[in-house]
Amino acid sequence: MGNITLKQVTKHFGETVVIPPLDLSIEDGEFVVFVGPSGCGKSTLLRLIAGLEDVTSGLVEIDGADATTLPPAKRKLAMVFQSYALYPHMSVRKNIAFPLKMADMDPAEITRKVEGAASVLNLTDYMERRPGQLSGGQRQRVAIGRAIVREPEAFLFDEPLSNLDAALRVNMRLEITELHQSLKTTMIYVTHDQVEAMTMADKIVVLQAGNIEQVGSPMELYHKPANVFVGGFIGSPKMNIITGPEAEKLGSHTIGIRPEHTMVSKEQGTWKGKVGVSEHLGSDTFLRVHVEGMDLFTVRAEGDVDLHHGDEVYLTPVMDRLHRFDKDGLAVR
Amino acid sequence: MARAVTNQRKLVVTVIAWSIGIAIFFPILWTFLTSFKTEAEAIASPPSFLFFEWTTENYTEVQSRSNYPLHFMNSVIISLGSTVLGLLIAIPAAWSMAFVPGKRTKDVLMWMLSTKMLPPVGVLIPIYLIFRDTGLLDTRTALVIVLTLINLPIIVWMLYTYFKEIPGEILEAARMDGATLWSEVIYVLTPMAVPGIASTLLLNVILAWNEAFWTLNLTAAKAAPLTAFIASYSSPEGLFYAKLSAASTMAIAPIVILGWFSQKQLVRGLTFGAVK
Repeated sequence: MGNITLKQVTKHFGETVVIPPLDLSIEDGEFVVFVGPSGCGKSTLLRLIAGLEDVTSGLVEIDGADATTLPPAKRKLAMVFQSYALYPHMSVRKNIAFPLKMADMDPAEITRKVEGAASVLNLTDYMERRPGQLSGGQRQRVAIGRAIVREPEAFLFDEPLSNLDAALRVNMRLEITELHQSLKTTMIYVTHDQVEAMTMADKIVVLQAGNIEQVGSPMELYHKPANVFVGGFIGSPKMNIITGPEAEKLGSHTIGIRPEHTMVSKEQGTWKGKVGVSEHLGSDTFLRVHVEGMDLFTVRAEGDVDLHHGDEVYLTPVMDRLHRFDKDGLAVR
Repeated sequence: MARAVTNQRKLVVTVIAWSIGIAIFFPILWTFLTSFKTEAEAIASPPSFLFFEWTTENYTEVQSRSNYPLHFMNSVIISLGSTVLGLLIAIPAAWSMAFVPGKRTKDVLMWMLSTKMLPPVGVLIPIYLIFRDTGLLDTRTALVIVLTLINLPIIVWMLYTYFKEIPGEILEAARMDGATLWSEVIYVLTPMAVPGIASTLLLNVILAWNEAFWTLNLTAAKAAPLTAFIASYSSPEGLFYAKLSAASTMAIAPIVILGWFSQKQLVRGLTFGAVK
């Protein structure tokens, strides 16, 4: 069983506090994504769970047992690294077999498991190659293969797709999600890409400066962000944040409005502005509108909307989709 | 025009490079030639370069006067022994400095290097006395120990540099895959560092083979390696240049041949990290 619990875990590097006291529980079989801007401590948190870093204080429990001081090898977790971290001097077959060899498994059993993993990951034709002779996507598959053969309690992924090109990234994203659906093993996935977080996660943990800002399902985070930071981080393009007199007119210190929750009209509306840049994506058009007394305002319009640089437009927020925040940035409900 | 200038420059550089190469190699060539001269010809002025009566009597003389195989075996055992022992100590040391550095790692590295700045003669007397009292004077064991200690800083530094080039994530992956510390070092780190370890080994065999200060001072007859064998042909009077040259040629031939066959590895090893 792969449930993981962190209790009052902290991490200091010298004087620097990377993770202030933090509690988190991950249920067996969940796909949890740690997301946040770079330097928010998400990778450190993953490494603390993996045992590659020691906690400064607090408890790490895996499967109900205290694992705080266990070395990584004894935690029954598998990890996929950003750089893939394949063994360059070993063939694909030996790379995948390595964890089983370390577990002193019977050679016949190793062969059976390695072949099984290779066929699931479409690696059968590359078994005798070295990692240097593989493409990025194939290397990624080998890294995943090495992780799945040992049937771990949980998988840890540290930004595994960030070295791949955009098209491959989408493919691998689907493959990892499918893998989770078939294995039903706990997965913890670190990324700075909120699209990956939204599309893959059962549960998202949003981190900033080592603090957990919010934990919830993708839709909870989208519909009910706990604070301005989560509101701005989840959703693409970013939520518009309005402060000052315009926000007070709508009854709050700070107002968040998503681009997709704003109506655009050439004739009338709440705010008048001028189109700066219009990005036509085909399916949608994103307009960056200059409105007096506000920062640049992003709105989503129809794909074939006929608005261009310099056009005058009126914007109207959808009132029941407004996000209200107090002066500390916390959501007002 | 531009091409002509480049060609001209290439020619000049080539000539300079060859001149320097020949100048560096010349003493070895001269030693080699002298070893085939008679003692009289060896000190003749002006010296003859190639046109003299070639003779192998110096080699015969040297073979009959000293026990070359014994010195050769001593050299092999001492240089290989000290290098292998040094590597066994230095691999874990360099591993820890490269992958789990502490606050003082840089200082320790500098301190190790600083021991090479001390003239060896400064510690000759204490080391001599220690070996005398422990009965190790004129033994291969003593020389293996001393040469290991002398070359250890260089071995650790070289391995440290190679290990630094290995991404730490690969070792972490091994840890996640259930490897113990020893499996990590044996199955992952060492195979990846083989080119670096090989050039470290070669360089240290050469350094230990040619080491003369300690081998001359700590040996007499039994454990004397080839360096002491060469020295035994130098004497304050009489004619000895030709025989000395023959002894030198016999002493350096094995290591020159080893160096020749491994030059690719050596050059790669010595420039590793400098040129990316």
